[in-house]
Amino acid sequence: MSCFDIKNLNLYYGDFQALKGINMNILKNNITAFIGPSGCGKSTLIKSLNRMNDLIENCRITGKVELFGESIYGDMDVNLLRKRVGMVFQKPNPFPMSVYDNIAFGPRTHGIKSKPQLNEIVERSLQDAAIWGELKDRLGKSALGLSGGQQQRLCVARALAVEPEVLLLDEPTSALDPISTGKIEELLLTLKNRYSIIIVTHNMQQATRISDYTAFFLLGEVIEFGPTENLFSMPVDKRTENYITGRFG
Amino acid sequence: MNIKKMKPTELIMHVLTWGAAILTICALIYLIGFILLKGLPYLKPSLFSLTYNSDNVSLMPALISTVFMTFLSLLIAAPLGIGAAIYLAEYVRREGRFVTFVRMMSETLAGIPSIVYGLFGMLFFVNALRWGYSLIAGAFTLSIMILPLLMRSTEEALKSVPDVWREGSFGLGAGKLRTVFKVVLPAASPGILAGIILAVGRVVGETAALIFTSGTVAQVPSSALKSARTLSVHMYVLSGEGLHMGEGYATAVVLLVVVVAINALSASLAKKIGAGDK
Ligand SMILES: Nc1ncnc2c1ncn2[C@@H]1O[C@H](COP(=O)(O)OP(=O)(O)OP(=O)(O)O)[C@@H](O)[C@H]1O
Ligand SMILES: [Mg+2]
Repeated sequence: MSCFDIKNLNLYYGDFQALKGINMNILKNNITAFIGPSGCGKSTLIKSLNRMNDLIENCRITGKVELFGESIYGDMDVNLLRKRVGMVFQKPNPFPMSVYDNIAFGPRTHGIKSKPQLNEIVERSLQDAAIWGELKDRLGKSALGLSGGQQQRLCVARALAVEPEVLLLDEPTSALDPISTGKIEELLLTLKNRYSIIIVTHNMQQATRISDYTAFFLLGEVIEFGPTENLFSMPVDKRTENYITGRFG
Repeated sequence: MNIKKMKPTELIMHVLTWGAAILTICALIYLIGFILLKGLPYLKPSLFSLTYNSDNVSLMPALISTVFMTFLSLLIAAPLGIGAAIYLAEYVRREGRFVTFVRMMSETLAGIPSIVYGLFGMLFFVNALRWGYSLIAGAFTLSIMILPLLMRSTEEALKSVPDVWREGSFGLGAGKLRTVFKVVLPAASPGILAGIILAVGRVVGETAALIFTSGTVAQVPSSALKSARTLSVHMYVLSGEGLHMGEGYATAVVLLVVVVAINALSASLAKKIGAGDK
């Protein structure tokens, strides 16, 4: 079953066309990786899946994106969309609040006020993000005091706390050391049974380690999209082959 | 640094800058020493009695009026200034034409001498609105005066809040209002507070804008529509009369203490902001 159905999506920043006729079918309960050289539109595409592009002036979109059959650029409430499609950013961005308040921010936004319920959500989210053990004694401490890797897992937990259906991650490990990166990757593998995950990465080993499907982008176009194994072992397009064998910048 | 190895031009610059620094410090020390020397002997308990008469020359009513004046001005200016800054920083296109226009206006306002505000306050609040010389006329006048300062410092504080926090909040499905009030404002609050303290400094030190708006009555005002003088005005009047110069200097000592306390507060807040930036 597909979670995102992208049909002929074009995106313009002013006069510049950043995405050109994207057609993709992203499957539920899978990890889909977006790879490609810098500036090819990976972040742009992932941001148009939860309409973060709405925040950018003179960004124009044509085409269709459906989330489980519902058009997201139609009548859908954008805040509800973002609740259903969570996002983790490249640079860990915990709020300048306590660990607890960081996690509780989302649920509170969506109307949960009862303390026991929030307690339970905080514990479950931190557990799901595999960081409960490290943080359970510092729930009241500022999240800014955590290490970069801990901050990023906290951000994953924060995204999970609103019970999204899809998780978008834009180079979530590019600012982290190998050990923290390993922890995030492990985490994503355990999460894919319950969530559909889309991850942007510059690291091709990472794509092969964790993703089921990979899409290769170049200059705003999808060059090749298929099962990760196939794409890396026998790429159809010459440009894909050049990129994965490292003959591109 | 080895002075003998310096080139002559370097040596001259060295001496000049060093001399300038010493001169500045000397001027400051002289000023403070002068005020303390002249004022401290007159700092008697009678100076702090609740009612003013020409025998005790009490500064207490002025001290109380200063507190009232500060609170009233802030009550009027802070919501307006902070609200306007939130609008400019969060709701309209940054660097758009409207923002540039409003900023130019507020910078112009900030450059106007305070006596002009006093004149406007007298014509508008005192005469046209028939409030007379009153605490409230003074407070409205001062609030217009500190509005640009509050707007500017709040806007800067909001702009220094990293966009990634806004994105994080939107990404969780929070709307604009919630993002601004629950994420951005708390993060900006030390900077906003520092701006408020600067504004308090302006209010406490102001005389020209107040003489024509809140008048010079030396008693504790019984209502906001009564005339009252702040410490600075009190000092100005005493030195103008020339009969109680000693008490005037004593008032200066109290004013100095108030200003130093405010500056210390703002410095410690600024430090906190710096620490939060890491
Ligand atoms: N807000 C914007 N306004 C104008 N152009 C933009 C904007 N954001 C991105 N672009 C342009 O769109 C293109 C795609 O950018 P995008 O950030 O999606 O690339 P990316 O594949 O994520 O690159 P990277 O790997 O470096 O993160 C780039 O050419 C970029 O310069
Ligand atoms: Mg990117």
